[in-house]
Amino acid sequence: MKHVPDATADRTFTEDGTTDRGSVDSLLSELDEYAVEQALRIAESGPDVEICYLTVGPDDAKDALRKALAMGGDSAIHVSDEDIEGSDVFGTSLVLAGAIERHGFDLVLCGMASTDGTMSVVPALLAERLGVPAVTHLEELAVADGTVTGRRESDFASVRVRSALPAVVSVTDRSGDARYPSFKGIMAAKKKPVETLGLADLGIDPGQVGRTAARSAVDTATRRPPRTKGELVSDDGTGGIGLAAFLTAKKFA
Amino acid sequence: MAEILVLVDHLDGTVRKPTLELLTLARRLGEPSAVFLGPGADAAADTLGRFGAHKVYVVDAPEVGELLVTPAVDALTQIAGSTAPAAILLPSGPDTKETAARVALRLESGLITDAVDITAGEDGRPVTEQSAFAATHQVTAHITRGIPVITVKPNATAPEPAPVTAELEKWDVTFGPASAAAKVFSHTPRERGDRPELAEADIVVSGGRGVNGAENFALIERVADTLGAAVGASRAAVDAGWYPHSHQVGQTGTQVSPQLYLAAGISGAIQHRAGMQTSKTIVAVNKDKDAPIFELADYGVVGDLFQVLPQLVEEIDRRRS
Repeated sequence: MKHVPDATADRTFTEDGTTDRGSVDSLLSELDEYAVEQALRIAESGPDVEICYLTVGPDDAKDALRKALAMGGDSAIHVSDEDIEGSDVFGTSLVLAGAIERHGFDLVLCGMASTDGTMSVVPALLAERLGVPAVTHLEELAVADGTVTGRRESDFASVRVRSALPAVVSVTDRSGDARYPSFKGIMAAKKKPVETLGLADLGIDPGQVGRTAARSAVDTATRRPPRTKGELVSDDGTGGIGLAAFLTAKKFA
Repeated sequence: MAEILVLVDHLDGTVRKPTLELLTLARRLGEPSAVFLGPGADAAADTLGRFGAHKVYVVDAPEVGELLVTPAVDALTQIAGSTAPAAILLPSGPDTKETAARVALRLESGLITDAVDITAGEDGRPVTEQSAFAATHQVTAHITRGIPVITVKPNATAPEPAPVTAELEKWDVTFGPASAAAKVFSHTPRERGDRPELAEADIVVSGGRGVNGAENFALIERVADTLGAAVGASRAAVDAGWYPHSHQVGQTGTQVSPQLYLAAGISGAIQHRAGMQTSKTIVAVNKDKDAPIFELADYGVVGDLFQVLPQLVEEIDRRRS
């Protein structure tokens, strides 16, 4: 689960080139809700499934876990340590993989991307670090008999893929609508256990994470100048002719 | 001169345009070498050489088509391990971004994804430009550790030929255990028309909620064909089943950056804007004068797309004849 600045708000950067988290409200990354939904469906389809949510972030990242727990599931882990601040995807995936290994897992479910960084590489990095297969960008998935099967759409083909568990899976926003938490779910979530861990609990050296270990650096982050206000015309019956003239003048037609 | 590895994106040996853009960008940093996975390298070598690839490293093994992502990771890591390139460039896409991330992890290198431009910095090392926060911000960045691994979005630059004779070099890659990879067990190619690919098209004509029905997308296609454009669709139109998901433009669909983007019946929700607002010229047709898409449009028509678009096509035809 990732706690991210609201994607519909006006987001910006701090002076050091990291996301400014103070200026807008944060919430559970919308794309992670689809992973929660798929986890709940797997649990509902068979017995003996335990769902544990995991997030890395400052104190208020717990809100993301509570939102997921309100949808369903059993428990959560919150990894929080000031040395993690400023981590890139390599630092973040190191911490996540450490927590996943400590807890144990059959299936790691992720959203296809976060709505802030939108790199969509953390699932692959987790698979690489955990030494298990990655089955990513699934629009459809099924788990049975120790195997996950799914469908992913590429630019040129519809591809069916299969992997033995344990595995890392990411799901797209087309995998199935995420449910809303019920009042009962919200109340129940308050009683579900949330474990808080630090780097020491995971045996991770602070030098391996955070800004100092980041392998890329932002030089400048500037707001794109607003587009110059273009020409707006109301169709008086010749709107198409005017548009054709514009496109011709610009050599598009 | 520093060697730059470029992963080739191809369909059965036909090199796709984003690869030619990468070769063009790579020449700003050093001397490009292409890494070609799968069959068809002989057919591709001419094209790759024409855009400046001095070498083509060829990895043609059955694993390439059977397993997801990991064969490319093994190949790039091993080739980079022995050629020590000054950078590794890949086209941006779901699979290639994962490939890039894993290669960077194995090489203990840094990673930048979705660059829209690359230049050589003072020390010759790459400096990238990216769009952030639904393309409202521009970020320049560089990699601080290892061999820079960078994925680049389509349409980052215009491909420029720089002919050389590409030398083919076969590589035997040791692939990691198949148990650590997802296996592809069925592969159904999408039917492809004559229109350009959405991500790499110079012109995109998109329809949204205002198109109001699958059958009406014929009008969007007619405009697209008149302009030689690709067809896009908003999330709303795709979710309604009016047009295939593979044509969705937006944050979670295809992100486009064409010379011209024509939005018809699209209001312009933030997720849609995130996928198209780096387009060079934006034109919108919408009944609602307050639609957010008009804030981006270089030319907007407040009107009924069913009146405006047929007239647009007729007028273009008339001007051409």
